[in-house]
Amino acid sequence: MNEATLILEDGSRFYGYSFGAEHCTNGEVVFNTAMTGYTESLTDPSYAGQMIVLTYPLAGNYGVPGSSFWESGRIYAKALIVSDYSESYSHWNAEESLGDWLKRENVPAITGIDTRALAKRLRERGVMCGKIEIEGTDNTQLSVEYGSVNYVAEVSCKEVIHYNAGGLKKVLLVDCGVKQNIIRCLLKRGVEVIRVPWNYDFNNMEYDGLLLSNGPGNPDNCPRTVEHIRCAMRGDKPIFGICMGNQLLAKAGGASVYKLKYGHRSHNQPVRHLGSDRCFITSQNHGYAVDDNTLGQDWEPLFVNMNDGSNEGIRHKGKPWFSVQFHPEAAAGPTDTEFLFDEFLKML
Amino acid sequence: MGRYNVKKALILGSGALKIGEAGEFDYSGSQALKALKEEGIETVLINPNIATVQTSKGIADHIYFLPVTPYFAEKVIEKERPDSIFLSFGGQTALNCGVELYRKGVLERYGVKVLGTQVQAIIDTEDREKFVGRLDEIGVKTISSQAVENLQDARNAARELGYPVIIRVAYALGGLGSGFCNNEQELDLLCEKAFSFSPQVLVEKSLKGWKEIEYEVVRDSYDNCITVCNMENFDPLGIHTGESIVIAPSQTLSNSEYHKLRELAIRIIRHIGIVGECNVQYALDPYSEDYRVIEVNARLSRSSALASKATGYPLAFVAAKLGLGYGLFDLKNSVTKSTSAFFEPALDYVVCKIPRWDLGKFHGVERVLGSSMKSVGEVMSIGRTFEEAIQKGLRMIGQGMHGFVENKELVIEDIEKSLSEPTDIRIFVVSSALRSGYSVEMIHNLTKIDKWFLYKLQNIIDTSMQLHCISELEQMPESLMKKAKRQGFSDFQIARAIGFDEDLERGALKVRALRKLHGILPVVSRIDTLAAEYPAQTNYLYLTYSGIESDVEYKDDHNSVVVLGSGAYRIGSSVEFDWCGVQALNTIRKEGFRSVMINYNPETVSTDYDICDRLYFDELSFERVMDILEFENPYGVILSAGGQIPNNLAMRLDGQNVHILGTSAVSIDNAEDRDKFSAMLDRIGVDQPEWSALTSMKDIYDFIGKVGFPVLVRPSYVLSGAAMNVCSNYGELESFLKLAANVSKKHPVVVSRFIENAKEVEFDAVARNGEIMAYAISEHIEYAGVHSGDATIQFPPQKLYMETVRRIKHISRKIAGELSISGPFNIQFLARDNDIKVIECNLRASRSFPFVSKILKLNLMELATRIMLGIDVEKPSKTLFDLDYVGIKASQFSFNRLQNADPVLGVDMVSTGEVGCIGDDTQSALLKSMLSVGYDIPGKNILLSTGNARQKAEMLPAARQLRDKGYTLYATGGTSRYLTENGVDNVLVFWPSENGHPQALDMLHNREVDMVVNIPKNLTAGELDNGYIIRRAAVDLNIPLITNARLASAFIGAFCTLAADDLEIKSWAEYGNDID
Repeated sequence: MNEATLILEDGSRFYGYSFGAEHCTNGEVVFNTAMTGYTESLTDPSYAGQMIVLTYPLAGNYGVPGSSFWESGRIYAKALIVSDYSESYSHWNAEESLGDWLKRENVPAITGIDTRALAKRLRERGVMCGKIEIEGTDNTQLSVEYGSVNYVAEVSCKEVIHYNAGGLKKVLLVDCGVKQNIIRCLLKRGVEVIRVPWNYDFNNMEYDGLLLSNGPGNPDNCPRTVEHIRCAMRGDKPIFGICMGNQLLAKAGGASVYKLKYGHRSHNQPVRHLGSDRCFITSQNHGYAVDDNTLGQDWEPLFVNMNDGSNEGIRHKGKPWFSVQFHPEAAAGPTDTEFLFDEFLKML
Repeated sequence: MGRYNVKKALILGSGALKIGEAGEFDYSGSQALKALKEEGIETVLINPNIATVQTSKGIADHIYFLPVTPYFAEKVIEKERPDSIFLSFGGQTALNCGVELYRKGVLERYGVKVLGTQVQAIIDTEDREKFVGRLDEIGVKTISSQAVENLQDARNAARELGYPVIIRVAYALGGLGSGFCNNEQELDLLCEKAFSFSPQVLVEKSLKGWKEIEYEVVRDSYDNCITVCNMENFDPLGIHTGESIVIAPSQTLSNSEYHKLRELAIRIIRHIGIVGECNVQYALDPYSEDYRVIEVNARLSRSSALASKATGYPLAFVAAKLGLGYGLFDLKNSVTKSTSAFFEPALDYVVCKIPRWDLGKFHGVERVLGSSMKSVGEVMSIGRTFEEAIQKGLRMIGQGMHGFVENKELVIEDIEKSLSEPTDIRIFVVSSALRSGYSVEMIHNLTKIDKWFLYKLQNIIDTSMQLHCISELEQMPESLMKKAKRQGFSDFQIARAIGFDEDLERGALKVRALRKLHGILPVVSRIDTLAAEYPAQTNYLYLTYSGIESDVEYKDDHNSVVVLGSGAYRIGSSVEFDWCGVQALNTIRKEGFRSVMINYNPETVSTDYDICDRLYFDELSFERVMDILEFENPYGVILSAGGQIPNNLAMRLDGQNVHILGTSAVSIDNAEDRDKFSAMLDRIGVDQPEWSALTSMKDIYDFIGKVGFPVLVRPSYVLSGAAMNVCSNYGELESFLKLAANVSKKHPVVVSRFIENAKEVEFDAVARNGEIMAYAISEHIEYAGVHSGDATIQFPPQKLYMETVRRIKHISRKIAGELSISGPFNIQFLARDNDIKVIECNLRASRSFPFVSKILKLNLMELATRIMLGIDVEKPSKTLFDLDYVGIKASQFSFNRLQNADPVLGVDMVSTGEVGCIGDDTQSALLKSMLSVGYDIPGKNILLSTGNARQKAEMLPAARQLRDKGYTLYATGGTSRYLTENGVDNVLVFWPSENGHPQALDMLHNREVDMVVNIPKNLTAGELDNGYIIRRAAVDLNIPLITNARLASAFIGAFCTLAADDLEIKSWAEYGNDID
């Protein structure tokens, strides 16, 4: 294995070995504390532009299954950074090793990094950009400004896609970088899904409910989507937002979002349903959050993060509009809140 | 008080440590009591296990050293009138007792509310048929099985399910009485045993080879659920989880599998209605996502203790709070103190649990592992690579292994057979197989161990090979050294691999020096429950080589005191040393020092991170202890609280100028080295049994010619079987030595004169600069020849001459002075008439320290710690002569789990635990303690075979007492004749080798006998003689058995004099003049 180095914006360097594609890369460095689910995370479009650090040290154990298990058609993350990559893998549905897959998808990866120390650095100084250099390759790279790139435009579908035509109800899915499991969760409930690009004006289309998907990067880069949502909000059709969908719905309702110091990326985020004693463990992946203080009068927080008190969802006081910051579709992560899809579909 | 306004709660403990139910319940009980205390709830604890931390002063308000049985629990409820009871913190013992109390209406009668999981939910999980039914209701799959109540039904069920099947016993712990059957013959055999433990037996389809996965789940009364941890067994289904190496978190499960099983666990716990903690075990098909639920434990378990330690999530503490009506959202994560207790820990390390067996101690025991548990303890190792964790763990189990490789080569005759029939050395068989060229594929086929684990083990082998190619340390590439350390190689392993043949310890020091030169050092990492996501000030630490920076900043103020713990529980060293360690830590804190613990046993209280200021959950090897001391730079180190493991490090630590507090390393060596100690005794004029270390048979015969038989023989190298034995004649001597090993220059045999009919006396004491400050003298009920760890001990002594006591004190003073002891120590004496001999002396706390401290109500360990810290202490005024009550310590045996082992007592220790009960007189204390270790007052019929002439005579008064009490006595040939001659009516029964009726064995099988007294004629055990068959049958059929004449007489005397009703129900504080 070739030596590889991760260089953070603040100049700190972490030394390891390359086990993915052998080229230099850069991106926003974010850490994820989940203990399983590297396949799902790497193919999650919300990770576009980001290099994923796994704090759980062992990676690659169960190899990589075929694409039907993925969250999209390819790897979106810019790189994978781990402590102890397992070249040999063992699983009944694995088709190749994690390293081979990363190479095939042209994504660099480093092993041998003290990912705990790295996570601590990111926790203390906030997320920052970084660069991976690999011994013996061309290591010149232009630096990136993560927050200003419209990753949603990069990952969203380019045209309208129909699923399960003739299903009981029609769900219009605004694809800001949708994870496949959101679509699976809808389809297995028997509805028709119409998936439209992030900037598509869907207001002339026929549908029963609107689903705002997850997506990468800064929600402030999607003013057109917000406009379309505002337009939809002139009617009474149910709206359900997930992750970035939560932020876009909040923005459409007049609230603002801010960037968290180092985001929530894990499978163990506790959220409490406001006004009840019900709590849920959720899967999360977001760097921006809705500012509760800016919610309009007609809106109220729906869920709150039990660790840091940040917003985890909102709902309209009168209309059937709600959204969550976490991922009820899981994949990867706990499935405790999948019932939210049922609640949404009940409204249609 | 909690939300339910609880004022007074009763907690049931788990009693003596036994296989399947050990120290983990001291830990969970202690945590629960802490949680209740925080709420201002008055607590009552029933637990006869006197060596535990939970039965120490200040943990519970009222402590009863009484059996955890419905009878005694009712008596305590009647007296204390608690408003609530917890059933889930005392293992299966407490659970069973609680279910009985509920069924008998006791709880209702006294208005006692069950906190946490309700009894009906417990019954739903324990009764197999109900359990399957309940899970069917929510579409969760279980293993097809049938509950049967007789042998014929069992046969039918097995035929229907198809062999192989597993037999399981309902309401049993640790797989007691269970096993695999490949055919009807095996089924018949197992079923008979199984039905002796329980009226219900389960016949279950075997899923051998599936993955075994566990989840620890928590639920509050608001229906909020979390899974705190999942764990994967290294050994697939077929080996009891207590016998398996276990990894946390799971390693070979995909996200989808992980969360599928997690979701099922939550669905189950909700449906059954658990409040608190529960454990769900699954079988998972290695070739699909198909699964079966194996079982659900509606209580804290061994796995939950492990999960607590593996994640830092205090399961028992939280479960207790939830039982009081709190929601998870009310509670804080006790590690971060700022985030919520409603969360699931994220690990950034891997944890490995490895069982510790002591099968070598048992004659004839079955070594093949299966569905029933035999291990006596466990270790938990933490690392950031699997290789690091497993190699650490294999060192921790303390059986002379240095890791996965570089061990003394095992002789394995048939590797293939050994791979497919796992024994206690299975992991080392895998090591041998890999080294002799077996591929991962082949080993997987033979063992069904997941290939991922085998690949990782192969990595260790590959690195070992690379190390073997290095001939000079100086030629070692830095990268290889780094890699080896990251894979958990010790300096010693590296030294051995590169061929430091002469002195490996010196070689290891050279490796250490070189890697330090290159800056290859471990880092100290925190276990913070959230993988660094939030800052945490936890002091729960481990060391790893996969890191570039430590989480801890050291003050270098020289104000910490490091206590070395006792490691894995094993026969001879268990919860009592945990108690000692905790007392030392408490005292260190109280005196203003920072307390630091090093230990790696997940079943202990000393590894609870809030018991000390810093906990290093890591190895007690010389290398690791030095690493930690270099970080800590402490004021000093205490070795004497942790049993033998720390003491063995004394000289080497001293060699590195470590400041050892208390008695000096040289003195420790002078007491431990047989030659030096013996010479010292001669010098100060103290008598000892004659002994000699001999290297040829001729020398042995010459020695015996001088001292005569019997002799105690201790080979220094043993192939298998017990380490020492008493031999009464040449035949026994020769057969034992042949069994043990050949006698040679390299392996001398220590032969000592064995003194018969001598009393054995324990002297536990604390000294300062050679002056004894406090002491306790206790007396064995059995004559010498029964290991002090197996003997029944009375304190204060009841039948010693004053002269004997005086002489013992005099000799002890001399020894303490000569070794200038500062701290705890123990001397064992033989006393016959007033002739006193010293057997051994340990310059550390002994097994009996908690017992005598609690009976005397003088904490010897606290006193000793203060002395070691250099604090001025006054001589306590209290002595054993002030006591107006008696304490009896009785031993718990686990022979029922050790198939084929001969349940006799000898010079090698075989008990797995102990209890200590207090009574107004000896008989009351003895009866309580015997009832606590599983004996019953027998109903009607007693079977006697009372050994040789002397033992027969000794048993005669007891036989008369039995007769007078109306018992029917059955006796074998010689005993029957002897009793008849002495006018004691009895019924003659026949040995298995004799013709004639009634047959003793038949009577046992027909349950016509309520107690067996079987005294072996001599102390050479092992052969499959008549006595063995009877003893083993008694154990297998769950019929109380006593094999020692002195103990049998004492017990018979007690239950013939006192009825259960006569036993006083008094709390610890009510004995003596304390105010409760």
